[in-house]
Amino acid sequence: MAESNWLTEIPQLERSELRDIRKTLDTAYRDFSREHGEMIEAFFDPLLSFLVWFEKLLLATPWWLVIAVVAGLAYLASRSWKLSLGVVVSFFLIGYFGMWEDAMSTMSIILVCTLMAIILGVPIGILMARSDRMQTLITPVLDVMQTMPAFVYLIPVVMLLGIGKIPGVIAVIIYAIPPVIRLTNLGIRLVDKDVLEAATAYGASPMQRLLGVQLPLAMPTIMAGINQTIMMALSMVVIASMIGVAGLGQPVLKSITNQYFTLGLLNGLAIVALAIIFDRVSQAYAKRTQRHLGCADHG
Amino acid sequence: MAEALIQVENLYKLFGSNPKKHMSLVHEGKSKDEILAATDHTLGLKNINLSINAGEIFVIMGLSGSGKSTLIRHFNRLIDPTEGVIKVEGTDVMQLGKKELEEFRRHKMSMVFQRFGLLPHKTVLENVAYGLRIQGVAKSEALQRARQWLETVGLAGYEEQFPAQLSGGQQQRVGLARALCTDAEILLMDEAFSALDPLIRSEMQDQLVQLQEKLHKTIIFITHDLDEALRLGDRIAILKDGEVVQQGEPEEILLHPATDYVEAFVRDVNRARALTVETVMKDPAYRITADTISGALQQMKGFDRDYGYIVTDEGYQGTVKAAKLEQAYQADKDADLTDALYEQIEPVEPQAVLETVIPNTLDADYPLPVVDEQGQLAGCLTRGTLAEVLGSEHKPEAGNPKEDKDTKASA
Repeated sequence: MAESNWLTEIPQLERSELRDIRKTLDTAYRDFSREHGEMIEAFFDPLLSFLVWFEKLLLATPWWLVIAVVAGLAYLASRSWKLSLGVVVSFFLIGYFGMWEDAMSTMSIILVCTLMAIILGVPIGILMARSDRMQTLITPVLDVMQTMPAFVYLIPVVMLLGIGKIPGVIAVIIYAIPPVIRLTNLGIRLVDKDVLEAATAYGASPMQRLLGVQLPLAMPTIMAGINQTIMMALSMVVIASMIGVAGLGQPVLKSITNQYFTLGLLNGLAIVALAIIFDRVSQAYAKRTQRHLGCADHG
Repeated sequence: MAEALIQVENLYKLFGSNPKKHMSLVHEGKSKDEILAATDHTLGLKNINLSINAGEIFVIMGLSGSGKSTLIRHFNRLIDPTEGVIKVEGTDVMQLGKKELEEFRRHKMSMVFQRFGLLPHKTVLENVAYGLRIQGVAKSEALQRARQWLETVGLAGYEEQFPAQLSGGQQQRVGLARALCTDAEILLMDEAFSALDPLIRSEMQDQLVQLQEKLHKTIIFITHDLDEALRLGDRIAILKDGEVVQQGEPEEILLHPATDYVEAFVRDVNRARALTVETVMKDPAYRITADTISGALQQMKGFDRDYGYIVTDEGYQGTVKAAKLEQAYQADKDADLTDALYEQIEPVEPQAVLETVIPNTLDADYPLPVVDEQGQLAGCLTRGTLAEVLGSEHKPEAGNPKEDKDTKASA
């Protein structure tokens, strides 16, 4: 018993007590997941089928068509033939070094995760911008999501949903969603008060203000958030591969366990290539939608 | 007298976390500083009473911190008062619900802002159409009406530009067009021209005056510039530390400042530009009604002056000087008065700004006749009056036309 030496040693729970706490929590969660796991899984079914369908679509499409479509999208978004050429070359190299299928899996999961992060994150960000109370409530949650080691929240997700794509997607979203929430909030809060006041003075309703003034003016900041989200999702694919998410992360994981340096490097580079393409295309797109800012050169 | 369009009664605004609680201090007559020290609340507006008539330009003027921008935001309730009533066309704005308030802002009032408040992501044309779009007017119609207003303010051809591509003056024209485009009866202008450089500012003032002649809006104009206030205002209210220290017509404020504070303001005003001939001229005298030279000389001797104004039933005819008449009299003792004997001098108009008549007044060695639109002699403008009104040692009483009348009547 720790009765006299608490000055030198920190008071501690008994080992048995600690074990009991852990046991109770673990059992409770296990019971919960046994009872509700299937229901929750069923809830995510549509997402899973969409993910599978999208992955199959990418894999079933001839490689040259995929490259053409991606390069075309890149051109539409950025109006830069250099970027499109970069897309063609890097995709071709990815295929040439035998990573085509993994790259397509990764791309599908990244796109789905980003989409989900935007669908969930932007409204949460708007909510945060609306009320200071919401902001003080959500900010610490975001801090936890960003700093908690990914492995830690992989555990309950895997316990609940097993190993597979869905837990992977959830883990990636948890990891990648904070930037889009934070920057949506920030972007809306930074909107020029004068402009907002003018809109109010002309009788704009809260919805008209949000859609007509706040969101459009916050767009550069929100786009920066989305960009960050994409980057974080990409960096998460390796960790997600530990719970059975197919894609470029798998070979990387294999290389770590078997010490295949070249295999690891190639797949790592493929991830980097995807990241750079996503980054440049989304940034170029954001810049082009803000053409009114580009010409703000005199007062 | 008709009911005023906008009526503000006993309006108070206390800024802080719990203004209602501390209103008693305000009513006790504690000063702004005392209240701030005791409660950490800032007194924004204190017992404001205004009535603004339809079709006038009502200027609220004060230095920064006087509460003028706070006051104008009360009219469309961008800021809610702590106490008081604001009535527009008889409806109490304070009683409006959320939806009603939106409708009120859409249709009754529009606003022009000091820093323009244009939507940077929309084109100039879309900005002008913004109020209509908010009202729910179809896009094509809104844009078409916006195009007309853009033309009216002289910005045709800039439709597809973004606000950031325009100069400050042009941006404010867009702001003005946006405000006019909604057809709201009341126009709130919050230091609308203050951010512009002087030349552009006076250009915009001219434009506003021209537009107002056509449109007859009710304009509430906020400014810190007394010259601007005098130039635009039909009536002016001067605000200091959240209180109205004087309200009245420009001449009244210029010639009879109510407090030292107002007088300090007025001292720096360019009176020559602010006052019209009408407000300072002397009542007409020295009328000559005779048709012969001898008769005229006779009358001139009667009022002991060496000049006179020839007046007939048709009104003012011309000005004559004794010396010239004497010469003509020597040549022909029975001659009638003819145009040839009149002095080469243009009479001045009552509405003319003093500045424009200074040279003629100084050149002439007799007072200039003031002739109104009907051709009648309305008064005369002497060098002495000008010197008195424009001089730095000006005493407010000296230029008072009423008192002049009194002294003359008794004389």
